[in-house]
Amino acid sequence: MNFPAATKGKGKKLRGPVKEHHRIVSLDKKKARAGWIFVLPFILGFLLIYIPVIWQSISFSFSEINYIQGGGYITEFVGLDNYKNALFTDASYVTTLTSGLEQMILEIPAIIFFSLFVAILLNQKMVGRAAFRAIFFIPVILSTGLIAEIDAGNTLSDQMGSAGSIDTGSENAAAEIVSSVDIQSLFSNMLIGSELATTVTGFVNNIFDIVNRSGVQMLIFLAGLQGISPAIYESCQMEGASAWETFWKITLPMISPMILVNFVYTIIDSFTAQSNKVMQYIDSVYSQAGSSGQVISSAMSWMYFIVVIAIVAIVGLIASRMVFYQRKD
Amino acid sequence: MNKAETTNVKVTKESKNSIRVEFDRTPLLDRIRAKYFTMYFVKRVAWYLFRFLLLLGISYIILFPFISKISSSFMSPEDFVDVTVSLIPRHPTLDTYEAIIVENAYLKALLNTFILAVSCAILQTFVCCLIAYGFAKFKFKGNNLLFALVLFTMIVPHSTLKLSLLMEFRNFDILGIFNFLGGGVIDGIQILENTYIKLTNTYWPLWILSATGLAFKNGLYIYMLRQFFKGVPDELEESAYVDGSGVFRTFVQIILPLSIPMLITVFMFAFSWQWTDNFYTDLFYTTSGPTLMTDIVAIPKTLDTSFAGGSMYSTAITNTCGMLIIAPLILIYVFAQKYIIQGIERSGITG
Repeated sequence: MNFPAATKGKGKKLRGPVKEHHRIVSLDKKKARAGWIFVLPFILGFLLIYIPVIWQSISFSFSEINYIQGGGYITEFVGLDNYKNALFTDASYVTTLTSGLEQMILEIPAIIFFSLFVAILLNQKMVGRAAFRAIFFIPVILSTGLIAEIDAGNTLSDQMGSAGSIDTGSENAAAEIVSSVDIQSLFSNMLIGSELATTVTGFVNNIFDIVNRSGVQMLIFLAGLQGISPAIYESCQMEGASAWETFWKITLPMISPMILVNFVYTIIDSFTAQSNKVMQYIDSVYSQAGSSGQVISSAMSWMYFIVVIAIVAIVGLIASRMVFYQRKD
Repeated sequence: MNKAETTNVKVTKESKNSIRVEFDRTPLLDRIRAKYFTMYFVKRVAWYLFRFLLLLGISYIILFPFISKISSSFMSPEDFVDVTVSLIPRHPTLDTYEAIIVENAYLKALLNTFILAVSCAILQTFVCCLIAYGFAKFKFKGNNLLFALVLFTMIVPHSTLKLSLLMEFRNFDILGIFNFLGGGVIDGIQILENTYIKLTNTYWPLWILSATGLAFKNGLYIYMLRQFFKGVPDELEESAYVDGSGVFRTFVQIILPLSIPMLITVFMFAFSWQWTDNFYTDLFYTTSGPTLMTDIVAIPKTLDTSFAGGSMYSTAITNTCGMLIIAPLILIYVFAQKYIIQGIERSGITG
């Protein structure tokens, strides 16, 4: 075979040193380089800022910190002392952790169901759909950070009217939408435990909280629903499938990747949220007098992080077996 | 033709181009009965009604707090004592607003926060866009690993890193370079006055975090944008390459204009989450720093809350602070919500 390029190169080589040292780079390599350049900001940030911060945080959790006057500090390695303190000496860390996790396990499916349901509703054609969508996404933009903090300390509307508890989502016995006692007496003859009844009534009374926290999930589900080809639904209709069957056989499998994404997102979101009781507790430990609270709080949050990562991994493993991926090509 | 004859259809030619068809229609009553008195129709109407009421109810749950907060912000102290006043104030007053705006330096906080939020949001949108494009369209070694690291930064809660983030930016130093220049190694020669740079109480910590895609929820933006870019057909770029355009020129001239709705969405998220952020602002800015929105949440001294309904009054004041904080956001949301929903829909996130 006689490639012109090859002979050219050979010829150049024979003629001696080349003026323009031009290496021929394949397109793939060029593109790979461009890719690295695009991702460079993140790599720099990750190496120069994030890894040191993570490393420091981990090492703080293993050491004692002493501030010296003038802005510096000295750390001293103390091994697992902070962890022991958090687990055994601190009275309420373990109980807060378990109750927080319990609450999370109950709340997350509720958020997922709610957001999926609302996304399906908002995806249907109806009067005032645009207005409803605009209203439903208000919490995503407005009920975060500072506003959530103000709301948390809010007792005003509890006293202002019967619909008050909606305002803050707080459980005020006088203004609950449904009283768990009523429901309990209703279910007392059945085999359903009173605990379930309390949980369910808790959801109804905390609906404001759940609505507030399912904004992004709704957006993700809505995007997923829009991605399902209408042709599939049309052919289902032609074959005489009912809406119920279509949901179970088409919508749910097609949306299942989004359910996985939302599960992971909700777990992460709810355990980093400010309304999270464990986080609040860790924050309160952080701001305790003396510098020991700060290192213990970082030990606590790393333990919490590991627990949550374990939950994410388990959920991911279980869910990824059930997720259905449509082949696009 | 046979069918037409049996149902008495008369076809007459009216003019050159039109015909008139006369036939016996089924009586109106029968037609109405066939259309509206079926289970199918009743079910559908019931479902429409149920759906509408449900959505209306949830909308009420979302909007009610805003309504009650706004109405209570116009109330005077007398209204809080009066039991009969619930939503409509009897003695409307603007004192609360006036006191907060004047005494809590609202306008100053507004300006400072605006500068901070806009600069951070622009930086974050641009940087996340770059990173996401790199992940979506280029295959290089470690692509997936790096993307997993992005997700990792999203998963580690920033409050876990509270103490070390503060330390990092209070004694800012990259790889010990400043420490080295500061004379840590060579005795007697001190180039910089301090061995570190104190960045707290400046905008730099948030700018640095934004410029490296590590700020609040940037992992989510990168994820969203990556999914969006994956949906952009490769042929578009290939044709640009064939026409002699480089990678970066293609990105700026073809990809960016294409993704404006998505960019607006990300910008809105970044802007409003930075605007109401209290984690970083509490962490990096002390009272001697710039006046930000977090600083105006306080009860002005001229407002007296020491009466019977005082606790409600003080809650109303803090709520009014909250309303003032999000007032600009509401304005922007009204105009931008169309783009947000469009942008999200077009992203076609697929797992």
